[in-house]
Amino acid sequence: MATMRTLVQPVDHAVELSRAGANVTGSGSALLHLAGRHPLGLIGLVIVVVFVLVAAFAPLLATHDPLATNAATSLAAPGGQHMLGADFMGRDLWSRIIYGARISLAVGIASTVVGCVIGAAVGLVSGYWGGWVDLVVQRVNDVLQALPLLVLALVMAASLGPSLTNTIIAISIPVVPHVARVIRASTLSVREMPFVEAARAEGMGELQIALRHVLPNTLAPVIVLATAQLGSAILTEASLSFLGLGIPEPYPSWGRMLSESAAEYVRTAPWLVIFPGLAISLVIFGTNLLGDAVRDVLDPRERS
Amino acid sequence: MGVDRMLSATPDSAPTPTLPRARGRGNVLEVEGLTKHFAVRKGLLRRAVGKVYAVDGVSFAIAPGETLGLVGESGCGKSTVGRTAMRLIEPTAGSIHLQGQDITRLSRAEMRPHRRAMQIIFQDPYASLNPRIPAGEIVGEPLRVHGLADARQREERVAALFQRVGLRPAQMRNYPHEFSGGQRQRIGIARALALDPALIIGDEPVSALDVSIQAQVINLLRDLQGERGLSYLFIAHDLAVVRHISHRVAVMYLGRIVELAETRALFATPQHPYTEALLAAVPVADPRKRRPRRIIQGDVPSPIRPPPGCHFHTRCPYAEARCRELAPPLKQVAPGHLAACHLR
Repeated sequence: MATMRTLVQPVDHAVELSRAGANVTGSGSALLHLAGRHPLGLIGLVIVVVFVLVAAFAPLLATHDPLATNAATSLAAPGGQHMLGADFMGRDLWSRIIYGARISLAVGIASTVVGCVIGAAVGLVSGYWGGWVDLVVQRVNDVLQALPLLVLALVMAASLGPSLTNTIIAISIPVVPHVARVIRASTLSVREMPFVEAARAEGMGELQIALRHVLPNTLAPVIVLATAQLGSAILTEASLSFLGLGIPEPYPSWGRMLSESAAEYVRTAPWLVIFPGLAISLVIFGTNLLGDAVRDVLDPRERS
Repeated sequence: MGVDRMLSATPDSAPTPTLPRARGRGNVLEVEGLTKHFAVRKGLLRRAVGKVYAVDGVSFAIAPGETLGLVGESGCGKSTVGRTAMRLIEPTAGSIHLQGQDITRLSRAEMRPHRRAMQIIFQDPYASLNPRIPAGEIVGEPLRVHGLADARQREERVAALFQRVGLRPAQMRNYPHEFSGGQRQRIGIARALALDPALIIGDEPVSALDVSIQAQVINLLRDLQGERGLSYLFIAHDLAVVRHISHRVAVMYLGRIVELAETRALFATPQHPYTEALLAAVPVADPRKRRPRRIIQGDVPSPIRPPPGCHFHTRCPYAEARCRELAPPLKQVAPGHLAACHLR
């Protein structure tokens, strides 16, 4: 028998090379890729971008001053001077929704980002280094998770006082234990992977290993969690505002517009409930679609 | 047994350099009395209720350019030996000398420069590469960690490594999942080579691969050894593979080395009853050749409660009273041939 070198290598080599193919996926093509592979994700992206633009250019899009009251137009029906109608104080609903996008998106996005970043840090430290740090962190997490999100946010908001920043903080704190738990769980399995051992054998520092090799492999479930959280943050803000602990009157946020009119006017002036509700639903819908696609795009295995 | 066939065709034509086998100066790696006990923890307070005697006083040395094969059943502690020697696992006792320097008690930071001399290739070509990092970056990472080259030089060196292990430099941008198992193992080899180490520990580097790919990877490892004077600690359970690549072979059973000899001597005249049984269990590819089969009775005892005396006495056909009480030392039974058996 000939030596296996000449026997096997050239043939199999060609096979291996052709199997790998010549596909090159740079990170710049991510958007194009999103459009091709995830049309739903693209729809989500468009929805989110539109809302962000609306928030940014609110003064140009609004037809009225969102804070100006007018007794004459109280509970005016959609059409005519008020495109989407007016609330019980005669304020233009369209303009309030446009301006409300600023507050609702700021609260939703900022609290989600803050909560996820802190939660990821806590979960990574807890899961990667383990030991007594892990033990303490997990018990604190247990306590936080035992309280309903709204109650926790209420306590936070009540102690901090009503303002935009405090609302964001109050809503982001309850997110932390959820994200931390998810990240910790994946960290526990990823840290045992041979590629982590390989990095250690290379002489890489633990912090670098945690950030470069472990963290990126734990993020997929968090992205899903975050997009769901974005919607619930907007609703939590609504509840806080309704109870007088969120965004102070008279500034418009979708949540408070919805909650202050839902009980009283849902029969007599349903547009007061329908339009802010529609805005909230659309944003949540958009972020969920986008989140799913982002998770796939961030995973190289899903890209080829 | 395909690989057996393919491999057994070459051992005699393989270049077997004469090796300095004397212990002492000049060895790439010397391990003395290496021991690793894992605590078995139970209950709420995680109290240590017992120990797993994974590695129990293992000693060996590897000369420059030499391949030491380390074989044994799964669970015998051979992978733990490799990882402990690499200081990826902290040894319970014993000493590790890398190129004459004691690295047993070095801190992480002190260990760092020594990592350049010793690298590892893993068994699972899928789990050993981070799925989110392109292949080129994976291979270049050791260079980055040690600050050995700027971005451009690194790119060039990684390209050269890719070429050397049989991959196209254009594939540097591809992610691990775009490669086949054999190609991934080549990436792992390129990563291990990046720091130009003196010793590579192969932790079952071919056992997860197809038989035809196994032969290629083994040939690659052998060619690299010829070019660079690399030493290997080759951990495997496949005797045919070990026989093909190793200059010397150590056989492990329940955390201890029971026999260590030159490859040819070990396969021709095994001295330990366990080695004898292992060799007898290797299937022969020729259906006309029938060998008397000696099947060892029973299972491997638990490493949590290893039997007293010789660990193998519970399954040894020749066991005597002293085997049950006294652990036999690893002693020379022929020139360069060590065995741990009272009967030799």
